[in-house]
Amino acid sequence: MKAKVFVTLKPSVLDPQGKAIHHSAEQLGFQQITDIRQGKYFEIALDASVNETEARAAAEKIAADVLANPVIEDYRVEIVQ
Amino acid sequence: MKFGVIVFPGSNCDHDAYHVISKHVGQPVDFIWHKETDLSAYDAVIIPGGFSYGDYLRAGALARFSPVMKAVKEFAASGKFVFGICNGFQILCEAGLLPGALIRNAGLHFISKHVTIRTENQFTPYTNELKEGSVLSIPIAHAEGNYTCDDATFQALEENNQVVFRYCDETGEITSESNPNGARSNIAGICNRDRNVLGMMPHPERACEELLGSNDGRNIFRSLTASIAASVK
Repeated sequence: MKAKVFVTLKPSVLDPQGKAIHHSAEQLGFQQITDIRQGKYFEIALDASVNETEARAAAEKIAADVLANPVIEDYRVEIVQ
Repeated sequence: MKFGVIVFPGSNCDHDAYHVISKHVGQPVDFIWHKETDLSAYDAVIIPGGFSYGDYLRAGALARFSPVMKAVKEFAASGKFVFGICNGFQILCEAGLLPGALIRNAGLHFISKHVTIRTENQFTPYTNELKEGSVLSIPIAHAEGNYTCDDATFQALEENNQVVFRYCDETGEITSESNPNGARSNIAGICNRDRNVLGMMPHPERACEELLGSNDGRNIFRSLTASIAASVK
């Protein structure tokens, strides 16, 4: 079982790194990009004793307490077999 | 009166803080390794600048889980003084001892230079030797010093006079040009509601000697020392 956690900056928080990446992407010739936001991606591997409900609960707790700072970031959890 | 300087893996301003307390404040001071769980011997702890845990995940995010932080929370709750400088400020925000967060500088660069900050509240244990509006020359050295918080938090900070320092120009005017990192409302330092916990991005411990360009930082340490003396009577 694996939990995937996606952490993104809240829409209201300025993302200067995303802006700089956006600028670089434009240098590649992609002028149609309206915005780039940088986030973080985590894979949490869990052993076979954990069911999907428990895996989701664990990943949600880890995401809320460690992986994301709720002041500035949102997160989303996906469970894959 | 006894000070402690907490040392995390990656702290690098711990010796500066120790030097200032021992030499300029003239009080006993210990280094406190982050595995320590008992702070009962101390009246004030400094969480120094640096790159605790290499700034992995987010600046200050992993230091919050060090054993000493549980003791720091209890220490703060008991009314004793907790002073976070730079990475220490980031750690205090991550630990929930101060509201808000410090994110990447608006201009992306690591900024290392002297800035001027204005004293916004002289009625704190860290500023009682200063006059309201006093302008201090103190260096900053950070890449994640851009203070941010939601509107409700900002309003609460203002209503409770928790903004202690703001970036300003040399005359004390709060301008967008004098804001080095994009911090909301030019915020350079805030305290908690009880005033015993202060976090600031500028480094007062690097501004205690004329040779280093300024000794304005001494005012903050002098204030804190007076506050401890008053509290232990």
